[in-house]
Amino acid sequence: MTLYIFLTLAIISIIMALLVVLSRNPVHSVLFLILTFFTIAGQYILLNAQFLAVVHIIVYAGAIMVLFLFVLMLLNLSRDTEPQKSALWKISGAIAAGSLLVTLVGAMRGSIALQIPEAENPGVGLVENLGQVLFTDFVVPFEIAGILFLAAMVGAVLVGKRDLKL
Amino acid sequence: MLEIIRQIPIDYYVWLSTALFCIGVFGVLIRRNAIVVLMCVELMLNAVNLLLAAFSTYLSDAQGQIMVFFIMVVAAAEAAVGLGILVMIYRNTKSTDISLLDKLRN
Repeated sequence: MTLYIFLTLAIISIIMALLVVLSRNPVHSVLFLILTFFTIAGQYILLNAQFLAVVHIIVYAGAIMVLFLFVLMLLNLSRDTEPQKSALWKISGAIAAGSLLVTLVGAMRGSIALQIPEAENPGVGLVENLGQVLFTDFVVPFEIAGILFLAAMVGAVLVGKRDLKL
Repeated sequence: MLEIIRQIPIDYYVWLSTALFCIGVFGVLIRRNAIVVLMCVELMLNAVNLLLAAFSTYLSDAQGQIMVFFIMVVAAAEAAVGLGILVMIYRNTKSTDISLLDKLRN
């Protein structure tokens, strides 16, 4: 049963990711990418990483993709204004990405021998456990992430201002 | 033991993440609209996130999921700043075509 859920989600996410890349209209690309993110959130739930699944939906589908959609509609980009690369570029891109896929799969096939620990903890992805780790072992990176957000916010506002007077 | 560890080998997650990552690379290579290129970068980040979360669950180690959390933080900051830069470029050139952005050449 779990295997079937995994396979369904995986096939849907790969098809949606291909549609993101191949659809002409950028707005359609954004919508397909949101569907891809929902399937990835489904994988997180399957992995019992519930905190990650919720944060993934809130951050990606709720914030980042809305930002992308907002910018696309602000700039009024659609199928007519979409710049296209030539067929030669597309074929060479497909060959390059396919070679990367074959190389990675060939390199990793049969080389993954995972030692699953005996005393395992199924609640590793729950909020309680993750909060403990985040605020004890990773408290300095957490604070640095806050500073990074502040810097990104100031940078985005400064970049977006029309006439900057310092 | 979690149902998933018994039923699904970790290899499946590796293949899925590899496929998603390569689709992202493909998109970065063939698209010329800078916003779609940024979206493909997000797709590649998500492929890596999925793999980190899978290994974290299989090894019962929370550090992988913390790493995913930090990658999400960086991705959000990157999207905000990148889209701000793109809006500014659009104001100046009236286009988001990345092949026009070769002013630094020569």
